Amino acid sequence: MKPAPFKYLAPRSRPEALDALRRYGPDAKVLAGGQSLVPLLAMRLARPSVIIDLNRAPDLAFIRSTTIGLTIGAMTRQGAVEADAVVAARAPLLADSLRWAGHPEIRTRGTIGGSLAHADPSAELPAVAAVLGARFVLASTRGERLLDAARFFLGYLSTALQPDELLTQVRWPAQPPDAGWAFLEVARRHGDFALVGVAALVGLDGDGRCAAARLAFTGVGSGPVRVPEAEASMIGKRITDATAAEASRIVAGALDPDSDVHASASYRKHVAGVLAARALTQAARRARSAS
Amino acid sequence: MRTNSKSCCLMGTRWFGERVRRTEDPRLLAGAGTFVDDIQPPRLLHAAFYRSPESHARIARVDTTAAKAVPGVVAVFTAQDLPEHLRGPLPRLIPHPTLIHHKTQVALAGEIVHHVGEPVVMVVAENRYIAEDAVDLVDVEFEPLPAVVDLEDAARAGSPTVHEDLDTNIAAHYTQRVGNVEDAFAQARHIFRERLVMDRGASSPIETRGIVATWDDRTRQLTVWDSTQAPIRIRNFLSLLLKLPQHSVRVIAPDIGGGFGPKIMMCYPEEIMLPHAAMVLGRPVKWIEDRREHFVATNHERLQIFDAQIGVDDDGHILGVRVEFLHDAGAYIAYGLIVPIVSSTTLVGPYRIPNYHAEFKAVFTNKTQVSPYRGAGRPHGVFVMERLMDRVALELRLDRAEIRRRNLIPPDAFPYDTGLIYQDAAPLIYDSGNYSLVLSKTLEMIGYADWPARQVKARLDGRTVGLGLAMYVEGTGIGPYEGCRVTVEPSGRVFVATSVGTQGQGHYTIFAQIVADALGVNVRDITVTTGDTGAFAWGTGTFASRAAVVAGNAVALAARAVREKTLAVAAGLLEAAPDDLDLAGGKVFVRGAPARAVTLGKVATAANPLRGTIPQAWEGPGLEATRYFAPPRGTFAAGCHAAVVEIDRGTGALRIDRYVVVHDCGVVINPMIVEGQIRGGVTQGIGNAFYEALVYDEHGQLLTQTFMDYLLPTIAEVPRVEIGHVETPSPLNPLGVKGAGEAGVIPVPAVIASAIDDALGTRITEMPLSHARLLDLVRGAPGVAAAARAGGRTA
Repeated sequence: MKPAPFKYLAPRSRPEALDALRRYGPDAKVLAGGQSLVPLLAMRLARPSVIIDLNRAPDLAFIRSTTIGLTIGAMTRQGAVEADAVVAARAPLLADSLRWAGHPEIRTRGTIGGSLAHADPSAELPAVAAVLGARFVLASTRGERLLDAARFFLGYLSTALQPDELLTQVRWPAQPPDAGWAFLEVARRHGDFALVGVAALVGLDGDGRCAAARLAFTGVGSGPVRVPEAEASMIGKRITDATAAEASRIVAGALDPDSDVHASASYRKHVAGVLAARALTQAARRARSAS
Repeated sequence: MRTNSKSCCLMGTRWFGERVRRTEDPRLLAGAGTFVDDIQPPRLLHAAFYRSPESHARIARVDTTAAKAVPGVVAVFTAQDLPEHLRGPLPRLIPHPTLIHHKTQVALAGEIVHHVGEPVVMVVAENRYIAEDAVDLVDVEFEPLPAVVDLEDAARAGSPTVHEDLDTNIAAHYTQRVGNVEDAFAQARHIFRERLVMDRGASSPIETRGIVATWDDRTRQLTVWDSTQAPIRIRNFLSLLLKLPQHSVRVIAPDIGGGFGPKIMMCYPEEIMLPHAAMVLGRPVKWIEDRREHFVATNHERLQIFDAQIGVDDDGHILGVRVEFLHDAGAYIAYGLIVPIVSSTTLVGPYRIPNYHAEFKAVFTNKTQVSPYRGAGRPHGVFVMERLMDRVALELRLDRAEIRRRNLIPPDAFPYDTGLIYQDAAPLIYDSGNYSLVLSKTLEMIGYADWPARQVKARLDGRTVGLGLAMYVEGTGIGPYEGCRVTVEPSGRVFVATSVGTQGQGHYTIFAQIVADALGVNVRDITVTTGDTGAFAWGTGTFASRAAVVAGNAVALAARAVREKTLAVAAGLLEAAPDDLDLAGGKVFVRGAPARAVTLGKVATAANPLRGTIPQAWEGPGLEATRYFAPPRGTFAAGCHAAVVEIDRGTGALRIDRYVVVHDCGVVINPMIVEGQIRGGVTQGIGNAFYEALVYDEHGQLLTQTFMDYLLPTIAEVPRVEIGHVETPSPLNPLGVKGAGEAGVIPVPAVIASAIDDALGTRITEMPLSHARLLDLVRGAPGVAAAARAGGRTA
């Protein structure tokens, strides 16, 4: 388990990193926290001829509060985001979901941008980005473009990033203060990639009925999966065990996950439904106590 | 309860039996241990292996041209490059009259590969990176042969065969009978039958295998650092295979990061190839197994499929048990029939079973070879017996503890002859035990009496909870023998060399505890060496929960002999009778007049004088003695585990809320170390029950080859284990000890199955489970049956 030979570059800044990508992009892999890439290299499942290591580029790691929310540099460690008081206040769903991302050791190295750009459909962050409406800043020496989750995630381990582009930052709209949220997942062991996970965001009207609901699932498709019918089914209703059960049925019926050695497709469908109901109920409870 | 252990009381009890902190820990915790990969001789080369990607195929062509051309590659070995005497099958260990087809692995596969991961080509290069680059360029053309994967299919007549020269996959067919089970079943009021399965697992030591071999042409000395559990036996086989005298081969098992059984194969292909390469190339060579190699190249265990029947009377008394089972041997069966023999002989457990029929077939499949892994057949046997006991309780509406109590061998029935022959070819006679005390103590600790009420309350709260229970008897401390040399040097320091290797069990501490009491010294003044054939040349190895029993007693005998000699020599120095002397604080003194004393170092000097003579009665110079201990047969530990689990009916998640172990391993040398053994074992058992599964596809490809797919339980999945001790000393050895290495793992799958059944009203018949399998059970579980079957209820 030793990697095949590669050329190693360690740019000292965002401009140097973009320059390296311009020169070597198609042959290069970007090394962020290394929690996925290094094992792939060691098993020779990835054989890039150039590694561009971003760990020496300090201008890629930051957490900034903005008028609409938060801007987080791609190289910001997951553990730093998880522990940040401003993140906890303005995007509690993001902070909470990170508790499920591996173990503390992994989050100490793993980065926000690395996880999102790797686009593992079982990872937590893509689902949270889909629910919160995060926007991805893709930069190259040609300029920048801004994409939402639906356009950033193209499929299994696949994103809209061009060979010369780098995910430099992610902009997270703050959660509405009166919205309720939940993140739930089932993993074979604590800290594993989830068999199924769900991120939920719920807004209630003055009457306590559901005014807005968003659900995004992990582990049941080629990326974060939204189920609009299930979201729509809640609008105008009080979220109770009975109405949540209806969403549960819709979710289980709508999803088409794959089987693997850890769980069958039917397991994932069923549990996605169970988690949908639990997440909606928990999010509604949080929304009620917030208002 | 240390009633018959006068011997240890004679030696004093200052260290023996105490929670002495492990003397090896400061070194290991500070990162100052010496593992195989820490060995870095000058001019070291590194090896990597091209391993078969096919489970069963003929090798049509091997082209190593491109590999040899990589700069930095020093040598490439194929089977054709080996001398004739290294091309054949490697040694057959532990033959058995019924083992007709004793097929063993080869150093490098030359004609046919029999499982994925079998080594075909070895590359030696200036570093491991280059070696792996070259392995990438090895070009092998395979002609696929039928993959024999499914155990039951493999055992059927007409199945394609794993070995071309055989017309069957059945390596052995062995039956043991006690009484007459047919007659017993004819009279039994009830006969219950189950199909029970335990699937493959891997022991997953934190340190994979590793070897460093050096050859000195001038002294003709081969030195091999090897992560083996049996350095002396490896030395013996290397001597034979490489045609060197035994004294020209030194095998050192330094610090080893866990063994658990698979590190006691003799020999793995790499264990031959590395020394051979070092001798051919005249430079040291290292190979450290990586984790992906480990999954396919280090032995597995556990897959057995049972057809089990139990006959009982109306009161649940066992009249007979009959089992037939298939044992998956994998591609070869070098280690013989130990695992299935242990399964079938452990099965009878703590119960009186007057009529017993155990019959198994050991079957070849195109999968990684099987040899003992912690438990070594015991978890399987216990799973079968305890599942049958729960079934009887269910069918006869008897309480699960009561059905066991009625069938236990009573405390006054020891020694108890089961009528079976054990893995050491000796009669399986339980030497001592108190199984009813073990059971009642467990029930008390888990709160069995009020469990039905607690379960009802939990159900009212919408929680699905269950209590599980399982008992076992564990054969430990088998022969043939181990040895030890104890030396007091003129410095006053004590040196102990034993024949066993150590893999983290705490041998350095417990052997020192035994010696410290005999010689009246502090454990910190004792240096223990294990696992170095240069330090002690005779022995067997560390396996089968035997090091503390067999080597421990050899240590005690050697220490006692040195004590006697110390007293004899000191008697002359102190002008007193040996009987009037005692040892403490590193000195020999006259009892009642402690000022008349001499240090051990002075006695050691006097025992090896420059002039004069030494009496013939001393049997040699110095304060030194070598002794061997050879037990007549195994000694039998026992225990009972109980657990409370909670199941999430929506997701199939399992949480173990409580886990209780009551354990009897005879006289305890160091309770802290025994408890550590139990906790580690329970953790591995929880893996076997719910997390770990080696999944093969129909082509014989292993689908779970990383720790992302093969799931070891972590601290988040494992509960705090509550431990109680019972001590029934063994009459078979001077210390009265029994083994404790495997106790923790043995009944865990049975306990978890029992607890889930109690929660859901299911009848678990296969291990391991998983979230998905548990959810299937939940969704198919008859709720009414669950309610009808509260644990702890007496009919």
